[in-house]
Amino acid sequence: MTLPLNGLLWAIPILPLAGAATNGLFGRQESKKAISAVALTFCGSAFLLALIVAAKFSSADAPYTYSLAHWIRSGSFSVDFEFYLDQLSLVMLLVVTGVGFLIHIYSVGYMWDDDGYYRFMSYLNLFMFFMLTLVLAKNYLMMFIGWEGVGLASYLLIGFWFTKDSAAAAGKKAFIVNRIGDFGFLIALFLLIQHFGTLDFPTLFARLEPFAKETSGAGVLTAIGLLLMVGAAGKSAQIPLYVWLPDAMEGPTPVSALIHAATMVTAGVYMVARSHMIFERAPSAMMVVAIIGTLTALFAATIGIAQTDIKKVLAYSTVSQLGYMFMACGVGAFSAGIFHLMTHAFFKGLLFLAAGSVIHGVGGEQDMRKMGGLRTYMPWTFLTMSIATFAIAGFPPLAGFFSKDEILWQAFSSPHGSWIFWLIGVITAFITSFYMFRLWFMTFFGDYRGATASGAHGHDDKAHGHGHGHGEPHESPWVMLGPLAVLAVLSIVGGWVGIGGRFEHFLAPVFQAGGEVVAETTEGASKTMEYALMFVSVAAAVLGLFLAWALYISRTEIPARIAKSLGRLYTTVSNKYYVDELYSVLFIKPVVEGSTEILWHGVDQGVIDASVNNSASAARHVSDNVRHMQSGNLRSYAGWVAAGGAVVIAYMVWMGVR
Amino acid sequence: MEIPLSYYLLLGGFLFVCGVLGFLIKRNIITIFMSIELMLNGVNLTFVAFAAHWHALSGQVFVFFVMVVAAAEAAVGLAIIIAVYRTRETLNVDQVNLLKL
Repeated sequence: MTLPLNGLLWAIPILPLAGAATNGLFGRQESKKAISAVALTFCGSAFLLALIVAAKFSSADAPYTYSLAHWIRSGSFSVDFEFYLDQLSLVMLLVVTGVGFLIHIYSVGYMWDDDGYYRFMSYLNLFMFFMLTLVLAKNYLMMFIGWEGVGLASYLLIGFWFTKDSAAAAGKKAFIVNRIGDFGFLIALFLLIQHFGTLDFPTLFARLEPFAKETSGAGVLTAIGLLLMVGAAGKSAQIPLYVWLPDAMEGPTPVSALIHAATMVTAGVYMVARSHMIFERAPSAMMVVAIIGTLTALFAATIGIAQTDIKKVLAYSTVSQLGYMFMACGVGAFSAGIFHLMTHAFFKGLLFLAAGSVIHGVGGEQDMRKMGGLRTYMPWTFLTMSIATFAIAGFPPLAGFFSKDEILWQAFSSPHGSWIFWLIGVITAFITSFYMFRLWFMTFFGDYRGATASGAHGHDDKAHGHGHGHGEPHESPWVMLGPLAVLAVLSIVGGWVGIGGRFEHFLAPVFQAGGEVVAETTEGASKTMEYALMFVSVAAAVLGLFLAWALYISRTEIPARIAKSLGRLYTTVSNKYYVDELYSVLFIKPVVEGSTEILWHGVDQGVIDASVNNSASAARHVSDNVRHMQSGNLRSYAGWVAAGGAVVIAYMVWMGVR
Repeated sequence: MEIPLSYYLLLGGFLFVCGVLGFLIKRNIITIFMSIELMLNGVNLTFVAFAAHWHALSGQVFVFFVMVVAAAEAAVGLAIIIAVYRTRETLNVDQVNLLKL
């Protein structure tokens, strides 16, 4: 298996790294054109290589591996810099490089006026490097490098406008919350090393093969699965670690699209899918994954209803959609989860980019209450955003319909599934449809409600000063609209690869290697059932559309009345169920106050500083007294000498007497 | 009749203590200098007394050394005293107190 393809693998991640290094080291002096050229060239050639790899890829030869260098050799345990390409990583590879490249292009337009342009492009390339390392890793440790690296890139990009306190705080929050998840991931890796002696995917999965299902519940595989899920929950913003993602919207909008919607946050799903051998042998861990995913999907969707910031709505929508993917993984339908991951990358990336275009067009305003009627001002943005909205709501034949329907069907019919998952999934689909069309109607329909007179309104998202005084909303430049158009096409056709289970068959070699055969027996009887369920989910989407239309177009006075009549419930939801406040009381306050009172005031100041300071001041006091002996008076010196001599004589006499 | 050793030692000790007390009490540098000579000679007395008592010459050799050192010291010391007097116009040690912090 020494196709030239293998040799290309290592170049795919390295190219963006070279771009990041070039821009990061020399970008400050370069012109923006040169920076853009470097960033786009390196990211684009990675995409090109990915396309070549995809063209040469043949399922018969997969998986491809390439060993770059040795890393750790310790007894029988070894970890190497090795790359691994199978159907699963190919899908991820194409999504990451493709969407990533489009967002790079978009960023050229969006970030052009920013002073930190070179920094931004360098970070984006750095992110691509780590994400591709994560995706192409052949062992868990390399995956972990990528995993931590994308966390770093995420931190850097959320806090990109670091002079703004809220952005810096959001960056820190994302990083710290992710640390909690990474902790679980790391312990899972240690358990794997201890029990299986390897982190290499093929070797590990081969050693896992003889293991039976851990039906009684508590076993080492269950523990590993749960710990991996902790890591995935951190990275992919699932309950209870989802809190960082909405705050991460402080970052520039292309970042939200690339990292916090399309690629990085799906790393958890990828990791769970990659570890399917472990999860399939630990049903209770699978159950936990499914429950967490389902609850997150519903919970985040309800919060999305009451948000007014356009990016916050999309953020909660992302959390909710990620919940769907975990639901799919949890019921054993890994390929459905990856399918949704892919379509979600298209339409959610598009939604964020379109939202960025809207924000750009209205001069940095993010509050949907101050938008409205934008479809006449920015027709292309409106068109693409509409496609994305219908796609995420699950209207056939757009991408979201196929993947979401696949998940819901699997949630219902898979041996691990249950009608409860399906029901919550459908309710979530309804809510999703509602809040997405609410966003759509509020942004693009009705009359423009923003300030038109001057550019005085708060540049909330970005500090880029438009040269012109933002009189009217305007359409974005073509460099931004181009990626929108491509993603819009993908949002339409992206789901078609799943028709007739083709996507599933493509991924089947990965997920059925040594695993149980995931239920795909669609007999005649269940086929009608599948169509019935499909009808229900489409009906839910249509219902959401009509409800949103009724509330935000035809009877605009109703939402306020509902909000008032619900009173406390509404404030609870619009305040995100006070989860941040709860965490602050439960975890942050104790840690901060414990550190302040015990560690800082108690241990550091009371013990460490005090011992140093006290010994110094004791020495000072003693010497302060002793120094008076040196008076300059000759007779007192003589007196001391005589006294000393007397003491010595007395001592000797006394010793002699003894 | 032979004079017992202790007599010499007591006399030597007495001379030495006189020297010490004189050194500590007196303020005039000349007097202090003379006190030092007194101490040296108290010690010399004990040396020769022991030398005579034990019939050992080393004690007497030591005395010669001490006397040579005392002579040299007297020369240097008197020179210092004259130098001090020329600069400070006093021989009171309490007023010569620059040797301090």
